[in-house]
Amino acid sequence: MTMKFRKKKAAAVSEDLLGRDAAIAMLSKERKANNAWHKLARNKTAIIGLIIVCLMFLLAILAPLIAPYDPNEINPILPFKGIGFPGHLLGTDDLGRDILSRIIYGARVSLIVAVGATLVGACAGVLIGLCAGYCGGIIDAVLMRIMDGMFSFPFILLAMILITVLGNGVLNVIFAIGIASVPGFARVTRGQVLIVKEEEYCNACRVVGVSSLRLLFCHILPNCVSQIIVYATLRVASAIISEASLSFLGLGIALPTASWGSILRVGRDCLTTAPHVAGVPGLFILVTVVGFNLLGDGIRDVLDPKMKQ
Amino acid sequence: MRTKKNVIMRVEHLSKNFVIRSKKLTEKNKILHALSDVSFDIYEGETLGIIGESGCGKSTLGRCLVKLHKPSEGKITYYGRDLWNLPDYEKKKTRRDIQMIFQDPYSSLDPRKTAAYSIEEAMKVNGIGETARERRQLALEALQQVGLDIQHMERYPHEFSGGQRQRVNIARALCMEPKIIVCDEPVSALDVSIQAQVINLFRSLQKTYGLTYVFISHDLGIIKYISDRIIIMYLGRIMEYYTAEGIYSDPKHPYTKALLSAIPPESPLAKKERVPLTGDIPSPIGDQVGCPLAGRCSHCSERCRKEIPKLTDVGGGHMVACFLYE
Repeated sequence: MTMKFRKKKAAAVSEDLLGRDAAIAMLSKERKANNAWHKLARNKTAIIGLIIVCLMFLLAILAPLIAPYDPNEINPILPFKGIGFPGHLLGTDDLGRDILSRIIYGARVSLIVAVGATLVGACAGVLIGLCAGYCGGIIDAVLMRIMDGMFSFPFILLAMILITVLGNGVLNVIFAIGIASVPGFARVTRGQVLIVKEEEYCNACRVVGVSSLRLLFCHILPNCVSQIIVYATLRVASAIISEASLSFLGLGIALPTASWGSILRVGRDCLTTAPHVAGVPGLFILVTVVGFNLLGDGIRDVLDPKMKQ
Repeated sequence: MRTKKNVIMRVEHLSKNFVIRSKKLTEKNKILHALSDVSFDIYEGETLGIIGESGCGKSTLGRCLVKLHKPSEGKITYYGRDLWNLPDYEKKKTRRDIQMIFQDPYSSLDPRKTAAYSIEEAMKVNGIGETARERRQLALEALQQVGLDIQHMERYPHEFSGGQRQRVNIARALCMEPKIIVCDEPVSALDVSIQAQVINLFRSLQKTYGLTYVFISHDLGIIKYISDRIIIMYLGRIMEYYTAEGIYSDPKHPYTKALLSAIPPESPLAKKERVPLTGDIPSPIGDQVGCPLAGRCSHCSERCRKEIPKLTDVGGGHMVACFLYE
């Protein structure tokens, strides 16, 4: 390896009048400042989001330790007790089951479905979108028409078809909701790829010999990622709701198993007499969704070098 | 004496057409002739200037040379080998040899990658430097070559000024150890004071490494300063082609005369004859009949409207495409 410019050094006029040590110190400082964790740590809203999401996951993981009762334990003499009823902090539902315990156990199903389905949808959708946007032509046309076909089915109908084919169970619900959210991800990604691939830096990469695959995953994808993340945080919220809808139709998680959606569904029937039965899981869904949104915003900012504070 | 040098790249009868898709069902597709029958040689170690107004095919020509566009007709040979029919093992080497600096320094660097990453990636995909550490060292040396330093390595493009970004681009091209660098209006997006710095950087690098430049610009002053030979382009065709001194002291083609007369005289008292061109540049879409300048030229004859003049040698290698000099 003989680099020609090792031999002769042209007069390099540094624009900064920094000393050598100061320059190196600055380099390591900037490297630290660019570090993703450091940037996330400095972003207050992202930290709040992260805390909320972590708490919810802790709730789910430690459910057997935290929950005061068995979530499926029926107590016929104590139905529809309100918030603050002695022994039942968040009251009881129509069958006298402890809502707090059901919420805690329900977090397991709801979070796994929400995150899992979004990941399934994002992985498949982003790949399809990248492929369609980058290749263009006939591949684009075929892939996007398939996506349009999936779009034309109502979401629930599509998920119902998939569940009927795949059968019940948490994993199948994840796949059904995930596959149903593929076309959205594909569209968002494709649109962004179409913009990014025309940028001059893609040409610059081709000139130095960067392969298409590397260009796609090292340059085009990172420049599309903020839109994808925003879309994904929205999908997390709707996946929780979708799971509730599917459970409502008897297609989701089999009945006694608690999920936030199924508690909400029970509460719907007694909204006027015992609003807390629907209100409490609704509040948990709201807080979780807000947490995911804040975290998503934070991650987007962290990945954008222009947001360096 | 310059013509005795080795030909590094030869462009023969190069044409590039773009198909404009029709928007209506019954409409036929139109063809845009970006380049028509362009031929010239590039010699080792020289700077070939290409001048022309907007939309005359300068950039398309540059992009053809670095294989971003595939020519519709004609061929480009590099050291006698057809650029588009190379065996696989030579493709990579040739890619390294021919590099490009883009016009817009703001969009030619990935906004999400640091300066060092952009340079190291170029080296990595070409197998320069064995370890990441070695590549980092080489990237630093390349940056120092263009007047940047270690504190600039971890910065993102938006943290650089326009001139600095163009320097990063130059460093990236330089670390490939190229033979030819196609510079597509590399300074037109920069302030005048920065232009001078970057142009001088180009010259000093040329001296150090014996680089060959294809320098595309619409700035007559810069081209005169940097070029050995000059091609004047108009509507995808070469109008005139000669040494820089020759063209500036004795322009032959009416278009060149008009172009050069637009340079303001150096002294405000000096009177200068303006050769105005009337009208606008004709559309490059559709078939061309006659000299492309026919509608705007004061010497236009009946023949100009019917035939396309060929590039002919009017003495000493001075090529002009005009019936006045046949």
